[in-house]
Amino acid sequence: MIEIEAVTKVFRRTRVLDALSLTIESGDRIALIGSNGAGKTTLIRCLLGEYTHGGTIHVDGKEPRHDRHGVLGDIGFVPQLPPPLKMPVRDLVRFAATVCDGDRGEIARIATDLGLDLEEIGSRPFFKLSGGQKQKILVAIALGRPVRMLILDEPTANLDPAARRVLFRLLAERTDMPMIISSHRLDEIAGLVNRVVEIDRGRVVLDDRVEEAGDAAAVQKCRLVTARTDEAFAKAIAEWGFSGSDEDRVWRGEVAGPDRMRFLGMLARYAGLLADIELADKARGGGGPAGPSGPGAAAN
Amino acid sequence: MKSLLVTARLDLTESLRARWFFVYAFVFGGLVLALFAFGLTESRVMGFTGLSRLLVTYIQLSMAILPIFVLLTTVRSLAGDRESGIFEYMLAMPVPLSAWYWGRFVGRFLSVFLPVFIAMLAAVGWGAAKGADIPYAQIVYYSALLISLSICFLGIGFLVSSLARSTDVAQGAAFLVWLVLLLFLDLILLGVMVREQLPPETIVAVALANPMQVFRTAAMMLFDPDLVLLGPSAYVILDAFGTTGYIAWSLVYPTVVGLVLAGIGYWRFRSTDLV
Repeated sequence: MIEIEAVTKVFRRTRVLDALSLTIESGDRIALIGSNGAGKTTLIRCLLGEYTHGGTIHVDGKEPRHDRHGVLGDIGFVPQLPPPLKMPVRDLVRFAATVCDGDRGEIARIATDLGLDLEEIGSRPFFKLSGGQKQKILVAIALGRPVRMLILDEPTANLDPAARRVLFRLLAERTDMPMIISSHRLDEIAGLVNRVVEIDRGRVVLDDRVEEAGDAAAVQKCRLVTARTDEAFAKAIAEWGFSGSDEDRVWRGEVAGPDRMRFLGMLARYAGLLADIELADKARGGGGPAGPSGPGAAAN
Repeated sequence: MKSLLVTARLDLTESLRARWFFVYAFVFGGLVLALFAFGLTESRVMGFTGLSRLLVTYIQLSMAILPIFVLLTTVRSLAGDRESGIFEYMLAMPVPLSAWYWGRFVGRFLSVFLPVFIAMLAAVGWGAAKGADIPYAQIVYYSALLISLSICFLGIGFLVSSLARSTDVAQGAAFLVWLVLLLFLDLILLGVMVREQLPPETIVAVALANPMQVFRTAAMMLFDPDLVLLGPSAYVILDAFGTTGYIAWSLVYPTVVGLVLAGIGYWRFRSTDLV
């Protein structure tokens, strides 16, 4: 359990966290939302013991600032921006596995799940990888460690749909542990969480339970029909792993359950082009999409 | 200890891939090549010839280059790592702060000392291959001086990095420190003494407290045991220390200064925001 009690952080004259209090229970999967400068990252850094602050923070009774090993040993963290490390990927993984008592094989296995072969890129400097590759490695390190809590700062920002689907599945396997997932937008992570906390000007302005989205590892089959062939749409939908037929007017593919809001957001840009949409749970639908047509079908 | 070693290794790996390291290694490697190319081993100055002559010149040049190089690259990479988010990520892992700080100190020490040391050894090897006598005592003394010099300026660099919150401020502060130490070197000290009519003891005390001056005097002592070049202050130094005493001072004092300043930097690092 995490107890945050009247935490205040002031930078020069700016009060970034203003007597913020929050209790996080062991089953809580929290969407930490808020605009830029709201205090999300500052709160995360306080939780990780990286900032001095007023008030108190206890993680299972331990203070992050004073019992780093006791607290940070249990927390898997993915930052918003990958650090520009010059060291080879192999060295980063070795460092993380050594100081976190982790298993390099498990990290490599998760990286492979995410579509990244650590053997192949092991000698490449971390900072020279693409944004998506860096993100996958950081996720693999966070999930490949023996942790009891996850703090993810915009974890899906650089991931392609296929990697996001795997991430959602990996997180769905860990729903018993508390998670804090920071994001600018709730819709991007709504499927993963059961509680939403909004911060504004250093204070909690919303703390509410959200309806469980069901199985975060669920996958939905989708069939789309467009009124005509469109090159921009073809490119956008191909990035989601869809394949086209009938002169690229009919598209079929799969969407991860927690990703459907993001998917529909992408489709909304081509609303005038779409003639038909079918979206249905893969397990429930069996052989293919069977739901009603139109965007409302996404509410399955 | 495991975390300290793995952090030291990490810092060393980072340094070996950094651009500054290539420039740094190139400067000292090039220095040795240039000294050979200009036939310094064949020249004879003040009784020094062969490798001894080359090493005296090498150590003098090292003392001019190494401090500013160590200061700027250290503060640039440490403060830069904090600014760019490297600290945020790495310090979110359960690595003890002491292991992180001192591990980086050890890694950085190896990356600044080894190129200078290896270049010196290469010079010795090359000279030996050409049939020159190897001045073992001089090599050991110079190596110890380089270790002391590296620790001293690394300590200053680590302290400045802990105090400054941005790369620009850290670099500016490091440059200022170097400039102040430079201003209190022997020739300028003499000028101050004459102009301000300060007591010689004060000037000598300042000279003894300035690590850069300590190194200069120690290196000078090897080819000028009576410190004739230093002028009247030599009497105070030699009366108070003697040659052996001063050599010991030149090795111990800067090392202690470096470690104490790095220690203050560590205290500051762990008691304020880490990122």
